[in-house]
Amino acid sequence: MRRFATTVFSICLLLVAIGARASDLTIEITRGMDDPTAIAVVPFAWQGTGAAPEDVSAVIESDLLRSGQFAPVARGDMLSMPSAQTEVFYRDWRALNTEYLLIGKMSPQPLNGLRLDYELFDVLRQARVFSGFESGPATDARMLAHRVADKVYEHLTGIRGAFATRLLYVSVTRGQDGAKDTYRLTMSDSDGARPIVLLESREPLLTPAWAPDAVQIAYVSFETGRQAIFRQDIATGKREQLTNFKGLNSSPAWSPDGKTMAMVLSKDGNPDIYLMDLATRSLTNITRNYAIDTEPAWMPDGQSILFTSDRGGRPQIYRYDLASQTTTRVTFEGRYNARARVAQDGRNVVLVHQQDGAFNIALLDLVTDRLQILTSTQLDESPSIAPNGSMVLYATKSDDRGILAAVSVAGGAKFRLPARDGDVREPAWSPYLSAN
Amino acid sequence: MKHLSHICKLAAIALSATLVVACSSSSTQEDQEAAAAAAAAAAAAKAAQDMAAESAAAESASAADAQREQLMETAEAYGNVFYFAYDSSTLTPEAITALDAYIAALKTTNAFIRLEGHTDERGTRDYNLALGERRANTVRDYMALNGIPASRIESISYGEERPVAYGTGEVSWAQNRRVVLVVVN
Repeated sequence: MRRFATTVFSICLLLVAIGARASDLTIEITRGMDDPTAIAVVPFAWQGTGAAPEDVSAVIESDLLRSGQFAPVARGDMLSMPSAQTEVFYRDWRALNTEYLLIGKMSPQPLNGLRLDYELFDVLRQARVFSGFESGPATDARMLAHRVADKVYEHLTGIRGAFATRLLYVSVTRGQDGAKDTYRLTMSDSDGARPIVLLESREPLLTPAWAPDAVQIAYVSFETGRQAIFRQDIATGKREQLTNFKGLNSSPAWSPDGKTMAMVLSKDGNPDIYLMDLATRSLTNITRNYAIDTEPAWMPDGQSILFTSDRGGRPQIYRYDLASQTTTRVTFEGRYNARARVAQDGRNVVLVHQQDGAFNIALLDLVTDRLQILTSTQLDESPSIAPNGSMVLYATKSDDRGILAAVSVAGGAKFRLPARDGDVREPAWSPYLSAN
Repeated sequence: MKHLSHICKLAAIALSATLVVACSSSSTQEDQEAAAAAAAAAAAAKAAQDMAAESAAAESASAADAQREQLMETAEAYGNVFYFAYDSSTLTPEAITALDAYIAALKTTNAFIRLEGHTDERGTRDYNLALGERRANTVRDYMALNGIPASRIESISYGEERPVAYGTGEVSWAQNRRVVLVVVN
């Protein structure tokens, strides 16, 4: 009977995404940057019959707004709604102090496909800046819109856009009347839309991490009654338990080449960082210390690993160099610096910094050693940086509920992604989903 | 008096017995009565007794009643939750007194125990997992030093993932910084 119950529970775990309720995230823009670029995103003209499958212009507009760098023109203020260059009257947009104008068409394609054709205009220069198209399945209309937003962002800022990416996070519904909490490992688009539950469990799930190819994820699950690290293929849902050691099995972090996973094990007595060769499963211990060593994060070149250690008495960030096998301390400012994540430039590091009793997200420049605090709430944690390095997503608390929030690395822009219900935590921003 | 204490014990056992009863193929009438009593007693009971009750209920029917009783009495007298200061894994005097009583009771049995380490929500989750383990291991080491073989003790850390109080502030945090002792069988 007990075995049966266990089996039923296992099956429940495998019924991922089926009937499981995903936590819908909503977006609240807290503030934008000073002097944002005024851009008008005109509703794209639908070339098909019936209703348009998605308001793609709204998706693009929301992306640009969240970046803090753009101030979209309200639809109600638009004097005309062109969808082709011949319909563009610059005076209509100059009257609204619009700097850029994005127009487009949305067309049905064979086999339930969809195509977005778009054109960007510089209103002051009265010239078309560029044009292009994105196509794919109609069910992916939102992702096509994010790709258009990426292109617009790149043309206007010089930085690759990261809207066509995904988020992983853990959502928790508290158990009622003594029942256990329900943990859901959820994946959504970068704007919180289209949440999909990848795994549901009554035991804690934590530390979701992306493989560099964004095809697989890893996380820690307590479903076996103790901690274990799992990896899971997103598309098929196929799971594999990587560790089953006594004590801690935590903090999985894929190496940039995808071949090695850094992790924390305490099987030999206290928490140390290990590297697992994913092909052979062989383990190498890279920290041998009586302190807590945890939260490994790879540098983008794969040559060194940042981690948290309290070997100096308080948690601080250290760096282990794989070639020389030497460890150096990285953070010195403040009593508590932990859980570093490194931007793709290998220079900007985001971490949790404690100051005056508050835990905030801070940005550390590895070149200048300057530490800059980015957030101002009390219990900010789990920073995750966008693949283009522009925004940091993190978890915080609001009215005793866990919510996700984001802040721009350059400072200024902030938005929040509270769930409609339950707590959300531990966001992990995906790598780019395509090569260009 | 003896009868009353027995009823109390049954109620306590039943607190979290629902799960165990549901999964057990050998659920006796006594278990079922206990489960019924639980519903009434649950609201009033303290969380500390909760976990001790679960461990008692989880014990196999073949375990010596007298031994179980002594452990139960220890749990009733001292609770099975030991609290810690912020970012500390040092045992408090209260915890040491309680642990000494458990150690005396455990020496008369072959029971296995599980130590569940927990932290408050401050600080990062993975660091807190490590801190929770450090707390559980402090309790384990104290018990081992005083004659309970470490092989009978399993530690697990939940870090900040399993709070008993959800609020933000020291009142909640103090309740969450704890090690829970669970008798496995």
